[in-house]
Amino acid sequence: MKYILLMSGTKSDFDQYAHWPEEALRANMAFMSSLGKELEESGALIANEGLAFPDQARLVSASDDGEPVTDGVFPESKEFLAGYWIVDVESPEEAYTIAARASRAPRPSGFQGNTAIEVRPVLSGPPEDLL
Amino acid sequence: MTEQSQEDAVERLLRELTPLALGAAVRRFHDFAAAEDAVQEASLAAALQWPREGLPENPRAWLTHVTFRRMTDYLRSESARRRRESEAALEAASASESSESVEHEDDTLLLLFMCCHPALTPASAIALTLRAVGGLTTTQIAHAFLVPERTMAQRISRAKQRIKDSGIPFLAPRAEERASRLRTVLHILYLIFNEGYTSSVGPNLLRVDLSQEAIRLARMVHRLESDNTEVAGLLALMLLTDARRLARTGANGELIPLTQQDRMLWNRQTITEGVALLSATLPKGSVGPYQLQAAIAAVHDEAARASDTDWPQILALYELLRRMSDNPMVALSHAVAMAMAHGPGKGLELLDTLQADPRLAAHHRLDAVRAHLLERTGDLPGAIQHYHAAARKTASLPERAYLLTQAARLAEVDVAS
Repeated sequence: MKYILLMSGTKSDFDQYAHWPEEALRANMAFMSSLGKELEESGALIANEGLAFPDQARLVSASDDGEPVTDGVFPESKEFLAGYWIVDVESPEEAYTIAARASRAPRPSGFQGNTAIEVRPVLSGPPEDLL
Repeated sequence: MTEQSQEDAVERLLRELTPLALGAAVRRFHDFAAAEDAVQEASLAAALQWPREGLPENPRAWLTHVTFRRMTDYLRSESARRRRESEAALEAASASESSESVEHEDDTLLLLFMCCHPALTPASAIALTLRAVGGLTTTQIAHAFLVPERTMAQRISRAKQRIKDSGIPFLAPRAEERASRLRTVLHILYLIFNEGYTSSVGPNLLRVDLSQEAIRLARMVHRLESDNTEVAGLLALMLLTDARRLARTGANGELIPLTQQDRMLWNRQTITEGVALLSATLPKGSVGPYQLQAAIAAVHDEAARASDTDWPQILALYELLRRMSDNPMVALSHAVAMAMAHGPGKGLELLDTLQADPRLAAHHRLDAVRAHLLERTGDLPGAIQHYHAAARKTASLPERAYLLTQAARLAEVDVAS
């Protein structure tokens, strides 16, 4: 079963992250890097990516003639995806265990961002035929 | 030989032979797309058969022969399907079966001209070059670019379709076009090299090393065009850059800038080869951009410590390069060299003149260089501000990590002072 593990934050979480002390930044990056390697070696990792800062996010919709219309203004409370992992595991519990590890990524004391990781099943192809 | 090393040896040999068999098949059947499929099938058959049964007496003839057989089968079924005469093609096919003349001159360069045709997008040209000339499988190419296999298969088949539709011939370009077409080939090889160099994120056994592959292809072109000084320049540039690879990132993939790299980790052998190649090439005259970039890399590589770097010479080389190329990244590097040779103030003056360039104004590198130079002038708040601005704009994760770390480091110094 495949699950996606989503890590998100508000714009102010991202702004705070950019001002973390050097030691915390380094510890966090080292942790993310080793978690990625570990998941890859265990064979669970399908994909993981980090996303650029929300400054670069654009809302795109189609105008009447189908041309893209972009908007970069978002409500302050909006949560932005920071990164994700897609894993292939035997049970939801295994996905939760991985999410709990990701949730414990080092951060500096005093920074209480939202560390909850959203876990959702990734839909698969058609089921086997019923006999 | 162990089974594994035997398989590896066969794979290496096959990758050498693939472009030769493909060239022969395109030459005979005039259908690049079908020939490309045929050679992949022949190569797969060889990969299964050779390690078990041993190498045939003449592997190149074997591969070409099997490729021709596949082509013949394909053309027969095609002509049956279309109920259309394909006499000429079949004639060519049957003539080939007894043919001893399969080993023509080297067609590798013609294949490169075809795969790196200006009518193709760089992404298509890269994928096609790696498959048709590099002899990599679609799976390997997909892994190398970290994209799904089906996506890469589609990219390759679209590129082949485009070659078919635009009637791009399997011929040497006209004399007046040759230099510019060769430049396109070199540019594609340079892009392949950079892809490998910038996306290396630690060891991954599944991934073909694109930098090594680009170097192998550049060596191939250099063998065929040994008098061309820019081909030699590109190969030297790749070697002199690749030599620093191990020192360029830390244990967690973090970027380590040139001045802080552990130079003991640089590959001396590769540096020696690159410098020798460049020294043999420069006196031949007609110094082009690749040779100049290689010369800059050589000056860095030859400094035992960062503080020994001959910045005035690097500055002079960048001045020559700027006259030749309107590349804004060259202009930025020029400003850095100016700062290193004559102080950060001079570098910042140059940056101000670049601010107006629309290609640079929104580019994170401009902010990153400004931050670096402001730091050297002692303007820490200014430096922090521009490190942050660069971090928000970059599309590279290790670079973002590096820029944020720089800002954090300065913030601590700033508070302490």
